[in-house]
Amino acid sequence: MPATRIVVPATAKKGDVIEIKTLINHVMETGFRHDNSGKPIPRDIITRFTCTYAGEEVFRMDLFTGVAANPFVAFTTIATETGDLVFEWTDQHGVVTRGQARITVT
Amino acid sequence: MQGSFLQAQAGGFSRRLIIAGGLCVLVLPLSDNPAQATPESMAEAMREALGTEVSIKAGRVKIDLPELAENSNSVPLKISVESPMSTTDHVKTIYVFSELNPVSNVVRFHLGPRSGVARVQTRIRLAGTQRITVVAQMNDGSLWSGAANVVVTQAACFDGT
Amino acid sequence: MNVRRVVASVVLTVVFAPLLALAEEPARAIPLPQLRSGKEFVSAETRAQQDDLTVNPGMLWVDQGEKLWREPAGPAGRSCASCHGEPSSLTGAATRYPAYDAGAQRLLDLEGRIQQCRTERQKALPFAYEMQPLLALTTLVAYQSRGLPIHVDISGTVRPAFEIGRRLYYEQQGQLNISCAQCHEQNWGKRLRTERISQGHPNGFPAYRLEWQTLGSLSRRLRACFQGVRAEPFEAGSSELVAIELYLAWRAEGLPIETPAVRR
Repeated sequence: MPATRIVVPATAKKGDVIEIKTLINHVMETGFRHDNSGKPIPRDIITRFTCTYAGEEVFRMDLFTGVAANPFVAFTTIATETGDLVFEWTDQHGVVTRGQARITVT
Repeated sequence: MQGSFLQAQAGGFSRRLIIAGGLCVLVLPLSDNPAQATPESMAEAMREALGTEVSIKAGRVKIDLPELAENSNSVPLKISVESPMSTTDHVKTIYVFSELNPVSNVVRFHLGPRSGVARVQTRIRLAGTQRITVVAQMNDGSLWSGAANVVVTQAACFDGT
Repeated sequence: MNVRRVVASVVLTVVFAPLLALAEEPARAIPLPQLRSGKEFVSAETRAQQDDLTVNPGMLWVDQGEKLWREPAGPAGRSCASCHGEPSSLTGAATRYPAYDAGAQRLLDLEGRIQQCRTERQKALPFAYEMQPLLALTTLVAYQSRGLPIHVDISGTVRPAFEIGRRLYYEQQGQLNISCAQCHEQNWGKRLRTERISQGHPNGFPAYRLEWQTLGSLSRRLRACFQGVRAEPFEAGSSELVAIELYLAWRAEGLPIETPAVRR
């Protein structure tokens, strides 16, 4: 499973807009490169990233070949309740990588 | 950085995207070689994403891209869209298009009232010096756009490792 | 005055003075106050990417390293943690590398030292240079010294290796027939195409290199330099490459470790 890095504030006040940053270790092979013998290297990319907060999807990203390797995204969401933020990266083959972080909202 | 919307050459073609403000983008047949990206294939990608008879207004979209890219493999991109992000007035989708990359769609962000603000960051690949166009679609279907130019240069030394 | 005596002393001085110089601190082509990290030769955006650990892609390898640190390996099921406790116990270690290793009886860079632990202490299969686990562990260990100044020992047993490294640094190489010094000593700060030539310091490695679209070791970066001048690169971990790394570390005396740095 590729390494992921999730940065979420551990605590927040209800109603605060918090910033979430994530990274995933992925080559995001475009399909336009060739190896040393001239053979094309097949495309292999993550195509979708979602963030679900206490069961509801609050952010979604569609990735294409133009997203840099080791995709990084920063986005915002309102701290509504204490709960789990679940992050899912899906690649073009449908393989899902999952990560999680808990936030305490007071 | 905001810029005026991309303008293409006129010609006798059947479909048109009409942009308010007097700018026109014409949809031309896709080129045979998908790696030869053109403003026309970008227009086609935009038509597919946004629809044909649409009106895109320049404004509300702020793009932060370096004027000179350190390396074409990874260029930091920050986008913010002026919007209250309320249930009745919010950004639904942010589209990023390239006029030069082999794939015109670069990335899309889906937001909503729970986003609080319309502000996203990522890092993108740029196939060369070009203009990046960002379109924000609101919950009422209205479209706003911004654009930014980036100069991309080649690495000084060959690295075959 | 005894002429013979005077002549004898002059001859002795001329013969022995160079040897004395060899045992002293070598002259620095770039004086210490003028040292500039590679960080100062990249764009502001790239510097920001390095400084903000919440966006620095190299941190993926630090995180991986932390997981591997606790993974048992070898027949005795020993992890790094079994002997070293927490990664922070190695704070400062990376500032001293390359260093002579009594166990291996040769000069080792940080990767080589970790290999040594793996094969001799954990009795586990070694990782090749540039394999992800070795990159992760090296980055984790160097990260513990982030902000600390480089200071290597070039005395005693390692002095000959230092001299080899220095000689190779000044030797013109490859089809382009350029030495490291010609770019990084004589022309640092000037432009090569649109890039500003750095002083070529190793303090950010292993580093996330935008050109590689991944994180890589100092060995990989040096091998890339050799390719850049169309020269046959030395093998990673070879005594020549480690000797050059020792020379570079001495040359970077006092510069803070920035691992994982972001470079172009």
